[in-house]
Amino acid sequence: MQLPDLPLTAIAIGIHVEDWRAAVTAAGDGLVRSGSTVPGYTKRMIDVIDEFGAYVVIAPGLALAHARPGPDVIAEGLSVVTLAEPVAFGHPHNDPVSVVLGLAVTTGDEHVLLVAELANVFNDPRVIPALAAATDAAGIRSLLGVTAPAAEASGVEE
Amino acid sequence: MKIVALCGVGVGTSAILKVNAERALARLDIDAEVTATDVASVQAVGADAQVILTSSELVSRIGKTNADIVVIDNYFDVDELTTKLEEALG
Repeated sequence: MQLPDLPLTAIAIGIHVEDWRAAVTAAGDGLVRSGSTVPGYTKRMIDVIDEFGAYVVIAPGLALAHARPGPDVIAEGLSVVTLAEPVAFGHPHNDPVSVVLGLAVTTGDEHVLLVAELANVFNDPRVIPALAAATDAAGIRSLLGVTAPAAEASGVEE
Repeated sequence: MKIVALCGVGVGTSAILKVNAERALARLDIDAEVTATDVASVQAVGADAQVILTSSELVSRIGKTNADIVVIDNYFDVDELTTKLEEALG
């Protein structure tokens, strides 16, 4: 299983945010831009953190923003946001966060393979700091072992 | 033996915890079933579990349980999972 294609629209590099809500919103915006979700999903990702706390910060410097499957998810998708200045989510060990992944899945089952692949990638502890330091989409895709969608890959840039 | 991986909504983070807990159990050569679940279901799903793996943020949500609650800081760190599971199950 490979991670899904990561279009440019799902990537935001070195953005400036005030707080964790803005960081999660940026990850949600990436999912919306790339056609994976509609904006209601972004709010639900924030609601999860409001309700359950910062447990989504699952490793030092990394938040995996997500919510349950729902009608606001159009297709499985992943977005990647890196922050110019890390922000605190309120996690006792893993703050501050410099990389936010947005994850959307359409059913409870299909995500298992996808997250197994995420686990493969991030079991290498060098990946999070390298993602935080990446300066272009190609660098981020290479670290995650993902490709550009065919439409982008056929362009001159790739 | 049953182990529960708990997250707030039961997709995403608990699945990562499950995958890496299974890797840790394989290292320890321990045969156990790992089930991912959410806060709403943990009482039912975890009723017969020996260990509940979760984040420090969610411990207070579990309620009464006979299982050992094991807090994992880095869900991607199979070494941490291996050490803590070995302590809990040893």
